[in-house]
Amino acid sequence: MQFGIFTVGDLTIDPVTGTTLTEHERIKATVAIAQKAEEVGLDVFATGEHHNPPFAAPGNPPVLLAHLAAKTEKLILSTATTLITTNDPVHLAEDYAYAQHLADGRIDLMLGRGNTGPVYPWFGKDIRDGIDLAVENYALLHKLWREENVSFEGKYRTPLYGFTSVPRPLDGIPPVVWHGSIRSPQIAEQAAFYGDAFFHNHIFWPKEHTERMVDLYRRRFEHYGHGSADQAIVGLGGQVFMRANSQDAIREFRPYFDNAPVYGGGPSLEAFMRETPLTVGSPQQVIERTLGFREYVGDYQRQLFLIDHAGLPLQTVLEQLDILGGEVIPVLRKEFAALKPGHVPDAPTHASLLAACRATATKETDQSYAAPVTDRWTGTTAETDNAPSAL
Amino acid sequence: MTTITVVNAGLREPSSTRMLADRLVEAISAEVADAQIRHIDLRQHAHAITDALLTGFPSGELAEALASVRDADALVLVTPTFQGSYAGLFKSFADLVEPDAVRGTPTMLAATGGSERHSLVIEHAMRPLAAYLGLLVVPTGVYAATADFGGQGAPELTRRIHRAARELRTLVGGVTVAEAPEPAGSGHAEIDAGPLLGSFTPFDELLQSVSGAGR
Repeated sequence: MQFGIFTVGDLTIDPVTGTTLTEHERIKATVAIAQKAEEVGLDVFATGEHHNPPFAAPGNPPVLLAHLAAKTEKLILSTATTLITTNDPVHLAEDYAYAQHLADGRIDLMLGRGNTGPVYPWFGKDIRDGIDLAVENYALLHKLWREENVSFEGKYRTPLYGFTSVPRPLDGIPPVVWHGSIRSPQIAEQAAFYGDAFFHNHIFWPKEHTERMVDLYRRRFEHYGHGSADQAIVGLGGQVFMRANSQDAIREFRPYFDNAPVYGGGPSLEAFMRETPLTVGSPQQVIERTLGFREYVGDYQRQLFLIDHAGLPLQTVLEQLDILGGEVIPVLRKEFAALKPGHVPDAPTHASLLAACRATATKETDQSYAAPVTDRWTGTTAETDNAPSAL
Repeated sequence: MTTITVVNAGLREPSSTRMLADRLVEAISAEVADAQIRHIDLRQHAHAITDALLTGFPSGELAEALASVRDADALVLVTPTFQGSYAGLFKSFADLVEPDAVRGTPTMLAATGGSERHSLVIEHAMRPLAAYLGLLVVPTGVYAATADFGGQGAPELTRRIHRAARELRTLVGGVTVAEAPEPAGSGHAEIDAGPLLGSFTPFDELLQSVSGAGR
């Protein structure tokens, strides 16, 4: 099972000190957090994509991910989320493949639609087309990473004829894609249709939404013939704040909870902990609550925690990572592994897909089958229609 | 059994709006023999309503209250008149009702106010909201000014209450407002994803409709 953190890159006033980080400080803090995540033994760091204040998350996440690739060795670098609605799928195909090469395959991405209405028109789109954009744009992205001469006519971008997205994905293996959605069954359906992974952010909302969306995704994954429902690839978010003594955790986190715009003026911390997966307490409480997630989503493959928001100081976030890496995740790793049946797969990674690919290739070579040879200059094969009219 | 949910947006204790609601319930119970009444006094949910507006989800007893609105065979909506319209708390509660959750539910509208001058609040404020929600509203709205509870308006108020109750009975007993079936071949096959999620279009069909190039 993979464990990690995801960030929205918010610039929120620290209610205790009354200060807000500058954009520069927040961006550098994000890098420090990612490096620390690797240092304490986490598997995944995922960044949000934002186009408006008060966020200092990248508008184009591969910029950050490529930098982190150079600063880390093993960490999987991901997004939470990449906007599949307002980005041009051609740019997504190019930038994430390029970053994938730089990171030697340690890049994956999570697609989301984005729920900030004003962002859509800035990119010439309409939020009411959100689902249709997600469907069409991903259909194109999926194709661009798998086919070399792509012709595509859709509703939302200029058509392509005989287009090859470069660089090609590393080892011919597209980055692993997760589809994220809180309550749109159509997105769970999309993940299931492609046999891709599904992520539920599992914060801010009662668990019932998570439970129903994951259940739907699992059933449809099986329906589309990718495996049994319990073999579908599921990721969850979560939100924690820990101190050795649970009362200390609550005392320290309360001002951040009470003032952050995302909660401020709403329910009490206690009510929010009861109604949503937020856990503020001791490491042991976090371990118990997190182990409980599988009771309503089944055995799952990726757990990401939100720990760096609401104006929490960098030092505090780094301490949270020490607790996560030192006390919580080693126990969770062991416990989850002991519970997971053998036929439930791990989350796919570039390395695992490459190994599977090589195993298949070896088998096929044994059967005297060779894949069509691609011309090294044109990137096309003899079977491809290369007529000039197609250009 | 006919479950009837009564939503009362009165803020005071005791509340003349709640008193009007009680008189409506009395009249309805006389007309609808198997009526089972569930009262929702929004005052008790005021903080939870604000929380739900901020967080995006209702919790606890408020979630139960919204469920009892959704599942009711009939609704009685009663609000005081504030600044010439329904109470803000009433609208905030209405804002939490899921789209299409109450479409076609037989409904009685009623309001209280300080004087007769606000009596069109039902027609000018409540009915447009009810139309948006798709409620099936009885023709008679019941407005009660302070003087109607005891003064010379009292007999007329009683007549209106009973007329509205009879109208509600005919709607509850006699009509089923089902969504007209879509003509064959006009849309996508929808799959029901169950509570909280609603229905969705199978992906291969959606893909075809969105993009000519498809897979």
